[in-house]
Amino acid sequence: MNEIAPHISAAAPAPKCATAPVGLLAELTHRCPLQCPYCSNPLEMDRANTELTTAEWQDVLRQAAEMGVLQLHLSGGEPTSRKDLEEIVKTAADVGLYSNLITAGVLLTRERLQKLAECGLDHVQLSIQDADAANADRIAAYKGGLVKKREVGRWVKELGLPLTVNAPLHRQNIENLPKIIDLAVELGAGRLEVAHIQYYAWALKNRAALMPTREQFMKTVEIVEQARERLKGIMVFDFVVPDYYAKYPKPCMGGWGSGIINVTPSGKVLPCHAAESLPGMEFDNVRTRRLMDIWLQGAAFNKFRGTEWMKEPCRSCDRKEIDFGGCRCQAFALTGDATNTDPACSLSSRHAEWFKVAEQESHQPAPPFVYRRIGGDKSKAEPADADAGE
Amino acid sequence: MADPTPRTRAIITGSTKPALPRHIKLRHDASRGRWIILAPERVYDPDDVAVSVLQRCDGVRSVDEIAAALAAEYQAPVDVIAADIVTMLQELADKGVVTAA
Ligand code: SF4
Ligand code: SF4
Repeated sequence: MNEIAPHISAAAPAPKCATAPVGLLAELTHRCPLQCPYCSNPLEMDRANTELTTAEWQDVLRQAAEMGVLQLHLSGGEPTSRKDLEEIVKTAADVGLYSNLITAGVLLTRERLQKLAECGLDHVQLSIQDADAANADRIAAYKGGLVKKREVGRWVKELGLPLTVNAPLHRQNIENLPKIIDLAVELGAGRLEVAHIQYYAWALKNRAALMPTREQFMKTVEIVEQARERLKGIMVFDFVVPDYYAKYPKPCMGGWGSGIINVTPSGKVLPCHAAESLPGMEFDNVRTRRLMDIWLQGAAFNKFRGTEWMKEPCRSCDRKEIDFGGCRCQAFALTGDATNTDPACSLSSRHAEWFKVAEQESHQPAPPFVYRRIGGDKSKAEPADADAGE
Repeated sequence: MADPTPRTRAIITGSTKPALPRHIKLRHDASRGRWIILAPERVYDPDDVAVSVLQRCDGVRSVDEIAAALAAEYQAPVDVIAADIVTMLQELADKGVVTAA
């Protein structure tokens, strides 16, 4: 049986008859009590007073379901920072969207989680920074995070919801991978995402503090392969490899404007969560245009849809409908031209150069983290206390 | 409340009574004109035979009973059908899509 997420058809859709996206990534807010230095949110985050209202989100969900979206990923920032999350989940259930809560967990109470389950929440994805509590707290700049997450994991299971643990991996927690796997099993997770950091946004800023060595990366491949075998039928693994050490890039979102539609806290509609980093792009807003119209006709969606925009070596490459030339945001960030081949690809003329950067940075002492915070990227941060959610 | 995550691997045999956990949704997708399975972070597109099997995975009927029903419906030898179903359900059980009682 085939998996159809995140893209519906392998063939690149022509702009006017593009199939509907499978998934809607709804970034409900950029507020978050954690400050992970690899956050995929943009460096310039949306303020609370620009966020879409409850009614606006509910309308977005209705439109999404009508156009054929199947799954809703409630993300952020920290989606539980929004007091109206229950109402949003309820609407998702009413219109038949499969709902996935992507959370760091620290703001949840058992009552709230129970309420969300009653509203029809389908699945919880809980992120953890490390299996070592002190290090986890240091990475997120948040005291007591792991203790709280263990509690949340237990509630999720008690309430009969399926649990995925998401563990972003980098040089400052990579040695603990075996313990992270054990922790996920202990929490009762049905899935574990072992996700090497992707270097966009905050992670790009912190690359030298995060990039593992090639040897460290290879070790994780081995560990995951063994664990996958050992835990067959118990826990499913999703393994995301780091681009800089890859041979071919990952397909960006299953193809630009192909599988996923992303709505930001303030209602901008993006082909990918990092797309705002690209220059000269104009993004439509759900406040002024219908979602379907944006998906089909929006300039940003058609900009890199399909393969017409490609240059060499992608243009004549037989993988072009497999990986779509990789990531536009990474191509721009590393080469200054978004239409270039992603340097993660070994066929890119820039690949060797970036591989060398990774090698060098990963062998030097790690610089201090630039923590993710609204209002700028100051390099010093003290671990925050528990209630910075609003 | 049923724990949706088995802590031992479910092995599918003829006497297994397969079921879909609450969080797995088999549904018809009107906008694409086909059946789909919605699962955490995944969407699968089962073929017609898989749909017929999954619609009968109610935790009451055994694999053998499902195979017998399908053999009649598709006029195919029951042992061939049964073997195919076991393979398919084992694969789905390992992905967490099917549970076994
Ligand atoms: S352009 Fe890059 S950052 Fe954006 S979705 Fe694609 S792969 Fe991800
Ligand atoms: S050249 Fe382009 S299409 Fe070919 S593998 Fe590399 S990124 Fe993919």
